[in-house]
Amino acid sequence: MAESTSEIRYLAPQTVDVKKKKYCRFKKAGIKYIDYKDPEFLKRFLNEQGKILPRRITGTSLKFQRRVAQAVKRARHLALLPYVTDMMK
Amino acid sequence: MNHYETVFIMTPVLSDAQMKETVEKFKGILTANGAAIVNEESWGMRKLAYPIEKKSTGFYELIEFDAEPDTIAKLEVNFRRDERIIRFITVKQDKFAAEYAIRRRSLRQSKVEEA
Repeated sequence: MAESTSEIRYLAPQTVDVKKKKYCRFKKAGIKYIDYKDPEFLKRFLNEQGKILPRRITGTSLKFQRRVAQAVKRARHLALLPYVTDMMK
Repeated sequence: MNHYETVFIMTPVLSDAQMKETVEKFKGILTANGAAIVNEESWGMRKLAYPIEKKSTGFYELIEFDAEPDTIAKLEVNFRRDERIIRFITVKQDKFAAEYAIRRRSLRQSKVEEA
């Protein structure tokens, strides 16, 4: 009586986004030191609220993620970067 | 003798003379304790990302120097005592940071020459 509901037909085929291989931009670019003094570069690792982006989004390796976090916290201490904001970028 | 760099923010209500005098005072403290000042930059009046002590702008000053570890404690005591300094940070430069600083300095030099 209950026809099989598993067979759900979609109009368009489900687009599973192709898995883009993430890479650590520091290893690729050969950057060794992340400077806490230039906020423009650090802003790429923050979201709109000024929070640090997680590794799964940016794809950076653990070693450099710690350095980015360290640099961002120092920049925040020096008021180069805000702790919280609503409209960054 | 380790490499260090310190950045401190001065309150904007100071006049230019007081500003220079404060910077000279801290450079004096460093040289008195046998530190070798390698580089010194002032970024001038900048807008703070959040108000510190009800002020929204401040004078930034960067000093890179080589010093013995114990001079850092003396330097920081003076930073804390001086009420003109509203924020400071001293950082030990590892070898990557030192290389980066040298490259950054030469970059700024070339920019200064062009301007």
